[in-house]
Amino acid sequence: MTTTIAPPESLTSTRLTHLQMLEAESIQIFREVAAEFQRPVMLYSIGKDSSVMLRLAEKAFFPGPIPFPLLHVDTSYKFREMIAFRDNLAKEMGLNLLVWRNEGALADGANPVKLGTQRCCGLLKTQALLDGLREHGFDAAFGGARRDEEKSRAKERIFSFRDKAGQWDPKNQRPELWNLYNSRVAPGESIRVFPLSNWTELDIWHYIYLENIPIVPLYFAKERPMIVRGDSLIPVEQTFVKSLPGEEQMVKCRLRSLGCSPCTGAIRSDADTLPKIIAELISFRSSERANRVIDHDQDGSMEIKKREGYF
Amino acid sequence: MTGIQTTVEETQNDFLIEEFLAEEKTKDLLRFSTAGSVDDGKSTLIGRLLYDSRNVYEDQVRAVTGLQAGQKQPTIDFALLTDGLRAEREQGITIDVAYRYFSTQRRKFIIGDTPGHEQYTRNMATGASTADLAIILIDARKGILTQSRRHAYIASLLGIRHLVAAINKMDLVEFSQEVFTTIERDFRELVASFGNAELTTIPVSALLGDNVVEPSTYMPWYTGPTLLQHLEQVPVWTEEQVLPFRLPVQRVIRPDQYYRGFAGQIASGTVRVGDTIVALPSGRTSQVTAITTFDGDLEQAYAPQSIALTLADELDISRGDLISEVVRKPQHATSVEAALVWFDGQRLETHRPYLLKHGTQTLHARVTQVKHRTNIQSLQREAVNSLGMNDIGVVEIDMVRPIFFDPYAENRASGNFILIDVKTNATVAAGMIQRGLASADTATPQHKPLLVAGGDAAANTALELELLRAGAAVVRTRVASEQLWRALLSIGAIVLLDGISVAQAQELVDDAAGSETLVAWSNASSETEAVSGFLNQLRKLGALPDPQE
Ligand SMILES: Nc1nc2c(ncn2[C@@H]2O[C@H](COP(=O)(O)OP(=O)(O)OP(=O)(O)O)[C@@H](O)[C@H]2O)c(=O)[nH]1
Ligand SMILES: [Mg+2]
Repeated sequence: MTTTIAPPESLTSTRLTHLQMLEAESIQIFREVAAEFQRPVMLYSIGKDSSVMLRLAEKAFFPGPIPFPLLHVDTSYKFREMIAFRDNLAKEMGLNLLVWRNEGALADGANPVKLGTQRCCGLLKTQALLDGLREHGFDAAFGGARRDEEKSRAKERIFSFRDKAGQWDPKNQRPELWNLYNSRVAPGESIRVFPLSNWTELDIWHYIYLENIPIVPLYFAKERPMIVRGDSLIPVEQTFVKSLPGEEQMVKCRLRSLGCSPCTGAIRSDADTLPKIIAELISFRSSERANRVIDHDQDGSMEIKKREGYF
Repeated sequence: MTGIQTTVEETQNDFLIEEFLAEEKTKDLLRFSTAGSVDDGKSTLIGRLLYDSRNVYEDQVRAVTGLQAGQKQPTIDFALLTDGLRAEREQGITIDVAYRYFSTQRRKFIIGDTPGHEQYTRNMATGASTADLAIILIDARKGILTQSRRHAYIASLLGIRHLVAAINKMDLVEFSQEVFTTIERDFRELVASFGNAELTTIPVSALLGDNVVEPSTYMPWYTGPTLLQHLEQVPVWTEEQVLPFRLPVQRVIRPDQYYRGFAGQIASGTVRVGDTIVALPSGRTSQVTAITTFDGDLEQAYAPQSIALTLADELDISRGDLISEVVRKPQHATSVEAALVWFDGQRLETHRPYLLKHGTQTLHARVTQVKHRTNIQSLQREAVNSLGMNDIGVVEIDMVRPIFFDPYAENRASGNFILIDVKTNATVAAGMIQRGLASADTATPQHKPLLVAGGDAAANTALELELLRAGAAVVRTRVASEQLWRALLSIGAIVLLDGISVAQAQELVDDAAGSETLVAWSNASSETEAVSGFLNQLRKLGALPDPQE
């Protein structure tokens, strides 16, 4: 029924690879936003996706500098290695990096053990993010979320409209055709922009490998002190995360996705190089957010957080 | 603490990164979307496709496995693999596009699973606009429904070349060949009537998996490919790279006085260092001196690469301009005929200002005439004077400046546009240019349409006389109605507002139309000096041609 027609010789020789297509698409998005918004900002979370996003931003404006600041929403419970990596990178690259914390909530002792993960995230991530964006008057914010991460993220536009309260209305998204993005917003409204929308987890690692992009060492397997509880490996980082006798052990493990240390489980792994990580990823049978507590507290919890203004 | 088990198989020791990289390089990318009427089984089909091709994780499968009503064994609800919103799970329908990604040995795929519900046609169009192929599902029991026709029509309007009709729920019609052939024949006829897309028809059961990844044992009479086989085989190369070179300028990159690069994503064609290019609208030509990327300069670049060009001459080029090859230049016009798919709850209003985004420029535009609407049932053209939500029609649009374009049928990237409502900021329509009407050269108006406020009757009489001498079309009114003003402006007139103050006029026109057309005549009077001073002001604004021209 179907016959395969071969493309002309001239086309096969100049076909872009799948990663080159994704890269070209992301760069186009960065340039559109920089041209059409007054005050864009890039949300920088220190993770692998942010690392890729940063490289793409460099590419988009080369040989010029990145024409917007970076904003890290710091819950204060990020891994120490993440913060060290962030500060070092900002210094080396001369980045304009802003850090925002919900100081009020932290002063009240907000933490996931005391408040539960939902409330803790709501205060230290969502509220902090909304406050940070509002205080600085940013009208567009790049985020490194990918559609393949989670089922409500699979529903996101590349330009995701947010109302004055920073909220997402998934039932009423703007049509988004071809690569023509509607960047019109009224004062106080904003757009979240996802230049990595069409990248998969494998694409990200593949790109990090090809481009030699620096990432936080926590992604690589190493012997680390862990609280071993059932199938979970909880990093020993925060004093309020208490272990039972015998639970604390040295385990060869790594992080597949970086969040806050009390809420991000590690996985047992020998993958201490990028090729080994890619090999491991191909053999995985669970999704990357499976070891994040916050996404599973209740059905649709990511969607709820997103509606409230989370990325 | 997490309670979720992460299963890691033994890492293959024989994994070689070089092999992986080489294999990935040979894979190309197919983007496809689903379409069809509500409940035809689109989401179920995508879930089945992902599941049977081993592209879903265990925790994702667990999350959608449960006891269905009247069943003893827990089963997988495949539709829930893509229906990710709570409202979707509660109502059992798809509301917005879900994007999913998967790959096989041969190819990478980006899927847009779109809603069938008529109310969400805009989301179907969103998913289809970037697709190379569309799978249109048809419930074997129901045959071709209005929504199947609408979606097939939109897919072909959007220029999708490969259509697959998946005749679904074959399990509910006893896998009958007769049912299949009847629908196939009718659908083939339908598709042929409005386009030249290539059509493949496959009988499937999304629920049971027949002919999705594995061939069906219940339908030996069908000898064609399974859906996945077809998706892996269909040719995806496009002629994008052999089309004329077009680069819409997104941004000028200027880190210091030595470098000036015009950055953008190549919409079509190829460019080489040394090529002569023309910058539009200025029409000035120059040579490409470098193609800059972060990874080093290139000798040549082609669509859809994102690059920056430097030129031999100092041309005044900014965002919104188009860099083109000199031989096959784009057309230009201030007025075009275009097909529209209308998305918004508010109907199209002729003569109301909209923003038109085309390439990297956004400009004021008015729909001057709705030529016809396509009746989805009969595919006949109907005379109407407006379009409502989900209507598809052909209109004429006037713009305040010429645009440079190719007809959509020849070049998707330079023939498409969207319309945005200036008040609500909603994206109200998708447009595909069919042809240019008034060419910018021949129909350049002698003057711009203007609203002049601030003068009383005496001052306006003196001004009117001078404007008429200058060859302008002048209308005077004392009626304070924005609607009337718009209608007069749309015919290109200079409208003198008798006895209406600038503040009053400002209030009535919305900012968008106002900034463009409203001119304040401050210190208006019938004195000759005041009148000629104001005429000079208009000339300086470029609203009135200089007398010597
Ligand atoms: N018997 C049978 N039922 C099916 C088949 N495919 C889908 N269904 C059922 O049809 C219903 C609708 O399926 P969905 O996949 O949600 O339909 P849809 O086309 O995605 O619907 P919308 O996205 O809302 O337009 C569900 O109850 C499915 O289980 C099939 O091949 N056979
Ligand atoms: Mg569906």
